Parts: sequence; structure tokens; C-alpha cells
Amino acid sequence: MLKIKDIKKSFGKKEVLKGISTIFPEKKTTVIVGPSGSGKTTLLRSLDLLVKPDFGIIEFDDLKINFSEPFTNKTANALRDKTSMVFQNWNLFPNLTILQNITEAPIYVQKVNKTTANKQAHELLTEVGLDEYADAYPSELSGGQQQRISICRALAVKPEYILLDEPTSALDPEMETQVLEMLERLSDQGQSMIMVTHNMQFAKNAADKILFIENGKADFDGTKDEFFSTSSPRVKEFLHGISLN
Amino acid sequence: MWEIIISSLPSLIEAMLKYTIPLALISFAFGMIIAIGVALIKFLNPKINGLLSIFWKLLRLVANFYVWIFRSTPLLVQLFIIFFGLPSIGIKLPPFTAAVIGFSLNTGAYGSETIRSALMSVSKDQWDAAYTLGFSTPQTLWRIIMPQAFRIVLPPLSNEFIGLVKDTSLASTITIAEMFQVSQQIAAQNFQPLLMYVEVAALYAFLCTILSVLQHYLENRSSKFIKGDGN
Repeated sequence: MLKIKDIKKSFGKKEVLKGISTIFPEKKTTVIVGPSGSGKTTLLRSLDLLVKPDFGIIEFDDLKINFSEPFTNKTANALRDKTSMVFQNWNLFPNLTILQNITEAPIYVQKVNKTTANKQAHELLTEVGLDEYADAYPSELSGGQQQRISICRALAVKPEYILLDEPTSALDPEMETQVLEMLERLSDQGQSMIMVTHNMQFAKNAADKILFIENGKADFDGTKDEFFSTSSPRVKEFLHGISLN
Repeated sequence: MWEIIISSLPSLIEAMLKYTIPLALISFAFGMIIAIGVALIKFLNPKINGLLSIFWKLLRLVANFYVWIFRSTPLLVQLFIIFFGLPSIGIKLPPFTAAVIGFSLNTGAYGSETIRSALMSVSKDQWDAAYTLGFSTPQTLWRIIMPQAFRIVLPPLSNEFIGLVKDTSLASTITIAEMFQVSQQIAAQNFQPLLMYVEVAALYAFLCTILSVLQHYLENRSSKFIKGDGN
């Protein structure tokens, strides 16, 4: 179980996260929502240490990082092993083929046998209907296809949690649907996910828990049913603002 | 006219094979080793503390000074200092060694900035993507960043190599009988300076054309992953 306590982060004088505490349940989908600039992405990146919080604690079972105290690279890497991130602009490695994009980390980081890694990658690609592109380069694929590959790449390292940073915001509606369907399937299969999104339809369909962040603070933390029926004027206003009440 | 050209050709080609090409190749190889090292020292920000951190800052200071001094002084002056100047403090180097040291240090200084700019031009997102998959910094550099930077660095580094091939003519000033010096010697004997210098210019152009073709081939190979527009 991934827990955070009082996470704070400033960039220069701007305090982006003002002490967020929550639990991200296992085998569930947590959706982080909120207005632009509220600190959602910073929070998500903190979980993978792409952003190092200034203060607070991240706990994962027996593993604990207190950002007020020094911690070793080994501890940081151990935390990173538990998570894998999917980015808004997918960030595939353009110099590697699709197959290599998926197998690179299992082979060179996790030291998985190359034949096994290739087999697992082909299975993942077949599952998303893209195995025919195994030897293609990312630049030959559409944005939606690349995003599905990047999800496969994140799954290939078998993380306990997948972190998704607005994975569909750079896609057109048709491609967005393909990616969301894939994510809903993963959610149904019990993959633990934490996703920053503006897509309330996905939140309605797949979320188990919703965290609403505004001005660096968690203004709402509860189930999706509680979220969509909340009496909080600010949440209502937010939902109204994105035309889905 | 053709007789003069043909009769001088063997001596010029011998000088090319014996000095011009080895000088350029060896100096470029050493220059690139220096360039990569200096570029990495200036580019990387390792998370280290204590003495190691002080050592890294010192290394960076030395790297900055090296790049500054070699880019701020003429190559010819550098060669003169190494070959004619150092003996006065007891360091006497053979001409070829002095030339290799001079050319390597000069190429290393310029090359390091070219390589550093290529490393900087690879998106930070690529580092994030590698880190999230568990790659260490050396693994990310070697497997993800450098192959992408290589494509970017190829044209400017090819320029530097072509420049170096032509700059080897400066080695004539420190007594190396490379191609240009041999052409000077032949011109002094046959009193045909125009013909001899045009001939040697043509030989330099020939060498540089081969390098340009090689550059084109390498560019195609390193760009094989750019096929569509990804939309």
C-alpha cells in the first residue's frame, strides 16, 4: 500500500504542494483531478521521485522515505521499482524499436533473459493489437498507438502501481477512446493505478477513489460516488466547469 | 604541366599517407576522448556529497579553464608553445607527438562544447522516461541519450574533423614533412608554386570529399529511426 504524509514541494518561492496526505489503495484506480496548476502532476511525479518533495513521507509497505532526512540512492531506487510512469506525451525512446522500447528496462535493469523479455513484450503487444509494429520505430506510429505502447512499456517492468500523467490529453477523441478502453481493462484486471486526468468520464467509469487538488491542497479525498454526489460547492463548481455534473 | 603534376603526385601521396591522414585520425580519436570526458564533466550534475562533490567542482573548474584557453588562442600558437616553447622547461617532444598533442587538445576543446550542446538538446523527458523505468544515470546516458545525441552531433563533429584534416597543414611549421610541406619543397625545386599549391589543394579537397560522403552515410544510418511524424 502506497501512503503519503504531509508532502510539500516548492519551486523557488512558489509552494506547489502544501502538505498532502493520502493513501493510494492497492489494486484500485485512484484518479487525481483539479484545475490546471493545482499541483496534480507535481504530486504524481513526487511518487516516482522525478520531483523530490521538500518535506513529508512516502511509505510503501516496509519502505519509507522521510524527505526531511537524507536517504540513499538504494532506497530511492527501491521506491522507483514499485512504480512506473506513463507520460502525457508518451516519451517513447525514438532511437529504439517498439519491441526494444518495451524490453530495454526488463533486460538491462531487471536482468530478465532476452528471450523471456521478448516473449512477454510480444504478449503485451498482442493484447493491445499492436504486435505487427514490434520492429517499427515510434515515429512510424500514431499518437494513440504510441501511448498504448508506452503503457505496455510501463507494464513490462511489472510495477505495483502505474502512474499516469494526463495520458490522453494530447490525443484526438478517437485515439483517446482507444487508450481509455485499454486503461479501463487494466483497472478491471486489478492493476493499481494513479492517474491525473481531466477526463471525468474515465473517472466515472473506472475510478475507485478520487483526489481533488486545488492550490496544492487535497480539497476532496473519497470514493467516486462520494465525489460525484458531494455537497462541496468547490467540487460542484469544478464539475460544472468541465460540463459533467 | 601534366608531367609535373604526375611526377610530384607520389611524394605528395606518400606525405598524405605517412603524416596527414595519421595525424588527423590519431588527433581526432584522442580529441574525441577528451571531448566526451570534458562534455560529461560539464553536463552531468551527480548527486554526491562531501569530498567527492568538491572534487567534481574542481574537475569542472579545470574543464572550463581548458576549454576557455584552447578556444581563445590560435592553433598555430598552441603548436609553437608545445613544440618550441616547452623545451625551455625541459619538455622536448618529437614533432609528430607535439602535433598530435596540439591538435588533440584543440579538437577536444571545440568538440566538448559540440557534444555538450547535443546532450543538452535531447529532451529532459527522455531522462524522466528512463529513470521511471529504473535506468541508472550511466545506463540512461549510454543506451538512451547518447544514441540520440549522436545523430545531432554528427554534422558539427564532421565539420570539425574536416577542419582538422586541413589544419594538419599547420604541422609543416613544426618541421613535419606532411603534404603541404612536401608541396612547398617541390615548388622550391620546380618553380611552379601555382601548380603545386593547386595540386595539394585538390588532394585536400579529395580527402575532405571522402569524409563528406562518409558523413552522409553515417547520418543516414543514425537517422533510420526517423520515418514518420508520429501523428
